[in-house]
Amino acid sequence: MRILVIEDDTVVASYLEKGLGEAGYTVDLTGNGKDGLVLASTEEYDAMIIDRMLPGIDGLTIVKSVRATGNKTPILILSTLGEVDDRVKGLKAGADDYLIKPFAFSELYARLEALQRRSVNSLDMETGLQVGDLELDLLSRTVSRAGKAIELQPREYRLLEYLMRHAGQVVTRTMLLEHVWDYHFDPQTNVIDVHISHLRSKVDKDYATPLLHTVRGAGYMINESR
Amino acid sequence: MKVVELLRSSSFRLSFIYMILFAGSVLILLGFIYWSTVGYMSAQTDATIKADITGLAEQYSSGGLNKLVSIITDRIERDPDSALVYLFASADYTPLAGNLDSWPKDKPSVDGWMNFEFADVRADNRIFQARARPFTLQGGLLLLVGRDTRELRATQQLIIKALVWGIVMTLVFALAGGIIMSRSMLKSIDRINRVSREILAGDMQQRIETKGSNDEFDQLAVNLNAMLDEIDRLMTGIREVTDNVAHDLRTPLTRLRTRLEHIHAGMDEDNPDINNIEQTITDADQMLASFGALLRIARIEAGGLRENFEKVDLAELIRDAGELYDVVAGEKQITFDIQLDVSPIVDGDRDLLFQAIINLLDNAIKYSPQAGHIALRLYRDKGHVVLKISDSGPGIPTEERENVVQRFYRMDKSRTLPGSGLGLSLVAAVAVMHDAELVFSDSHPGLIAELRFQCFQNNGTSLE
Repeated sequence: MRILVIEDDTVVASYLEKGLGEAGYTVDLTGNGKDGLVLASTEEYDAMIIDRMLPGIDGLTIVKSVRATGNKTPILILSTLGEVDDRVKGLKAGADDYLIKPFAFSELYARLEALQRRSVNSLDMETGLQVGDLELDLLSRTVSRAGKAIELQPREYRLLEYLMRHAGQVVTRTMLLEHVWDYHFDPQTNVIDVHISHLRSKVDKDYATPLLHTVRGAGYMINESR
Repeated sequence: MKVVELLRSSSFRLSFIYMILFAGSVLILLGFIYWSTVGYMSAQTDATIKADITGLAEQYSSGGLNKLVSIITDRIERDPDSALVYLFASADYTPLAGNLDSWPKDKPSVDGWMNFEFADVRADNRIFQARARPFTLQGGLLLLVGRDTRELRATQQLIIKALVWGIVMTLVFALAGGIIMSRSMLKSIDRINRVSREILAGDMQQRIETKGSNDEFDQLAVNLNAMLDEIDRLMTGIREVTDNVAHDLRTPLTRLRTRLEHIHAGMDEDNPDINNIEQTITDADQMLASFGALLRIARIEAGGLRENFEKVDLAELIRDAGELYDVVAGEKQITFDIQLDVSPIVDGDRDLLFQAIINLLDNAIKYSPQAGHIALRLYRDKGHVVLKISDSGPGIPTEERENVVQRFYRMDKSRTLPGSGLGLSLVAAVAVMHDAELVFSDSHPGLIAELRFQCFQNNGTSLE
């Protein structure tokens, strides 16, 4: 797995390099927009992480240029500009995801994994998802565990579906808010935790092996075994 | 331009007042001319008649009745077209001499004058007016001395005619002038108003067109444009400052958080410091959240976020917010009741409106007691669409209602509860941005928070 990081803040850059390296990625790092654009358009990458404010050429221009050549590599924009319109601008330019600084590494990592998966899975026509003995039927929108049907509210279903689509990956609270609720907002309380605990009581409570795990300091993960 | 608008305009009203004043002065002027001319002429007639009478009286006293009659006959014959009117009649009013057919039927007034009409034999028996004084002579004979007043009447008619026409013309010209004047003034003002509305709607780049005539309206336009440029410059300044502050403060915070996270990742689960590190990360996140909210409010207030406006279904937002929060309410055994009477579509920022609803809902849950009650209603009220959230908490005292929307303001009672003191400030800013009003009232007990949106038609769509 090869990844391009264009980030001018050396502390953040070295941290990214280290973290991604530990996670098994090969990292190409540059702090300059111009060099970044050259690398992005000449080399083959599995994903790119691009800061918005860069010396030389700014991040959005790089994204636009990359997309203009028909390159569909997943791109994640990293920025301190966190307003909705900034985000919209970033996504319109062709980025796949937008992460606001400061970010937790786990958040970045989770999003990166999700992007990878999206680019791999996007062509599959799935009819169902399965984690252990938990099954989710995408066509009839029903859920069962060990053959026993589980009644879920529509939103709980979507929550579980999102988690199961990213089975084995950490899914952060922000990712859930953005994808399951489809709003960009700042929850005043730990709403997501409450929803997860409700879901957990339906999915895990009566079974010996828990599937829905809390990942400390990061988010949640659905997985057969820890 | 509509007629009603024209009639309502201040310049039209002004010209209307001028029209009345002008017509009034024309009336006074012509009235004076009438009074002086006609008055003078009738006084003249009276004086002539009196002089005539004096002359005849002298003749009568010197030459007796015969002399008088011969003088009268002589005068009439010498000048048949004159305005002289004489009639000499017997005691039973039978005419004896003079140029009248019969004694007039009108009675003389108390001052001895009589005004009457007669048919002039010299002019095909046309009817004319005359003014005369009757006398009774020796032996019951009657004498009438007077003057034909046709000229006086004609002058009088002429002046009255001039008066009426004068006023009519004044009114017509003043009205036409007023309409033309106010039309051109309204046009200039309309231009300014139109641009102002566009700017209020968020298009800060609009400027008022100048004609180059350098009249007052042009100067006003130039001044307003200069003012707009200045506002624009300041707004851009604020945006730049907040963006820079955001960038410059977030960068070190990012590093701080990143380092902490790194330390945390390298720690063993049983390290005694792990809780402190986690707590520090949470604090840093809290700081960043407050900071982000503050910047967000500043940007909303600077008015630069309207470009994200789209058609938003308020009912859908409320349903989603309710669904997100009913589990949180459930944790405190709070009953949660949503009633949506209407389903209005508003022009707005979906995420910010959702955030505003979330903030109000979060407060309602936070301040409601265990097993309390929260009601969420969306309904129409006199041209407004009202989003009403009522809780069963302690409410906000009347004197505090102004303050709670201030940034970082927290009521003493609530200091112990978690929160940044920015939630309601954000709601207020979002309300202003959407031309809505944020109103707090008391629900005995509890707080009612209302967001009142304007400009809705009955079919539920915005007028704009």
